[in-house]
Amino acid sequence: MLPFEWIAASRFLREGRMQTIAIVLGIGIGVGVIIFMSAALAGQMTNITRRVLSAQAHIVLMPPQEIARPLRGDGDIAEAALIQKPFQRVRSIDQWQTIIKQVSAMPAVTAVSPMASGAVLAVRGEATRSVTIQGVDAAQYFKIVPLPEKIVAGTPRLGAEDIVVGVDLATDLGVRVGDKLRVAAASGQGPTLTVTGIVDLGSKGANQRLTYCALHTAQALLGLIGGVSSIDITVRDIYAAEEVAQNIGALTGVEADSWIRTNNQLYLAINAQRIANTTIRFFVGLAIAFGIAAVLIVSVVQKSKEIGILRAMGTSRGQILRVFLLEGAVLGLVGSLIGSSLGASAIILWSRLVKNPDGTPLFPLDLDPKLFIAAAVLATLSGLIAAYLPALRGARLDPVVAIRG
Amino acid sequence: MAESVVLLEGVRKSYNIGTPVETEVLHGIDLRLERGEFCALMGPSGSGKSTLLNIIGLLNRPTSGRLTIDGHAAGGLRDRDLTRLRGHTIGFVFQYHYLLPAFTALENVMMPLLVESGRPDGAMRSRAEELLANVGLTQWRDNLATNMSGGQQQRVAVARALAMKPAVLLADEPTGNLDTVSAQGVFDLMKRVNAEQGTTILIVTHNRMLADQCGRIVEIVDGRITTDRRIR
Repeated sequence: MLPFEWIAASRFLREGRMQTIAIVLGIGIGVGVIIFMSAALAGQMTNITRRVLSAQAHIVLMPPQEIARPLRGDGDIAEAALIQKPFQRVRSIDQWQTIIKQVSAMPAVTAVSPMASGAVLAVRGEATRSVTIQGVDAAQYFKIVPLPEKIVAGTPRLGAEDIVVGVDLATDLGVRVGDKLRVAAASGQGPTLTVTGIVDLGSKGANQRLTYCALHTAQALLGLIGGVSSIDITVRDIYAAEEVAQNIGALTGVEADSWIRTNNQLYLAINAQRIANTTIRFFVGLAIAFGIAAVLIVSVVQKSKEIGILRAMGTSRGQILRVFLLEGAVLGLVGSLIGSSLGASAIILWSRLVKNPDGTPLFPLDLDPKLFIAAAVLATLSGLIAAYLPALRGARLDPVVAIRG
Repeated sequence: MAESVVLLEGVRKSYNIGTPVETEVLHGIDLRLERGEFCALMGPSGSGKSTLLNIIGLLNRPTSGRLTIDGHAAGGLRDRDLTRLRGHTIGFVFQYHYLLPAFTALENVMMPLLVESGRPDGAMRSRAEELLANVGLTQWRDNLATNMSGGQQQRVAVARALAMKPAVLLADEPTGNLDTVSAQGVFDLMKRVNAEQGTTILIVTHNRMLADQCGRIVEIVDGRITTDRRIR
């Protein structure tokens, strides 16, 4: 059978039924708002990640920039007052295979893929377009950018003589899957490749400029035999990308740029939203805690005579303390259960009602069980903490004063 | 000489100690209650009756003097031990019943046992049923405390006070809120408990008629015992 504290706490809650219902509903609405906002935030994050980061690597490694080193005479006198910056050639990353091994071994890294890329001309008959060719190892690269998901025609096959092009480039050049396309380096030389797939990368610029071929095809075309011009990396925690990039830079001595640095405005916007959202959730949580505390303070005042008589008949301070702590925890837990169902309903309603013009949800909201468990645990804990002062007050009541009222 | 259950020696009690308004309300009380005694404590309002009762009931600590309850010296006990001693040796009945409104009559009677052992069990229940039968309220056992008459509530309070088989039952004007018939009923109940179980009873009352039915009357005026007479 249940111990004294449980019996007393549940009876006291049932006795003040209106108070209990009101505060539980209050907690429920608060928890519902927190759950909905968390799901919205997570949904937006997933959405942005999917749209922005699925078309690019989280970190890109490049060879160190070339700098001019002027010769110096005796006495440290610079002989050149003006130093012209050197142009950046397409160069290979030194020891790239070793670097790939080192980076792959890092626990924060989920995928690594080498790439040979550069500017070439795509020529079909009279039509010529300046494009970027990205030579990749399909198996590795698709873990970073899921091209197969973006294919609108053909297959994402990247054999020695295959090329995959963006959808706008295909329109500009008038090519379809199976057509031949000549790619030419600056020298004018270059192979003729077969278009095996057409992809939609989600932005017109990318769709007009990007083409994909096998790594060794690009190496030959760009004069990078056996070399790579960059290494693409994805990491487990996208918000730690900059830190990981700096670690990789320090470890390998190459340039490492994270998406955070290359998309700084976007990152700042995401982060600002995250902070605003967290702040709102924190204050809603605080309002819940104060609500619980207020109800319990009133309850302790109302019940002071009963507390006094309980103390007179031998109830210890600890028992009284535990009764009110339990009340707080139960209010938090029950409130969070109601809040969970409110939040879940709001999420389902949102994904049904708020849609893009094409009928797809504006952004996906997940019903993540972890979110609900976290809400229940946090609400119960806040209930406990909020109950602490009122409970202490109840436990410290002098029975004589309490009974005399 | 009979065994003493309550023993006060030179008990003083002051309030607002160390302030300009320090007041001593009990000026060296010596009082001895024997096991099985039924004693009335009388005196005008403000004479210190309730303070004395609270000290005997271990709800207040005396400022000086010695207090022994059922053989246990209460001075110097820590709060926790005092609470335990109070739970085991003292039963309280107040002017107002102070039953817990969220609980039934039976549960209210069980409460001291529950508080003591932490968990309810069958033995506790049958003890509470026995006590309720003893005060004639068996058919009211499942009523919430709020759904009973004043006299019934006070009888439940007496049953509750007896749950732990206390050595001393302290009653602070237990009939003050009741009509004459109910008052006599509650008083008779206490007399019966005293006679049958040998529980020592100390009852504060303004009612001379009830006091005259006790075995001993102690009168207190301005914090001093002025008369102490045995009737039988």
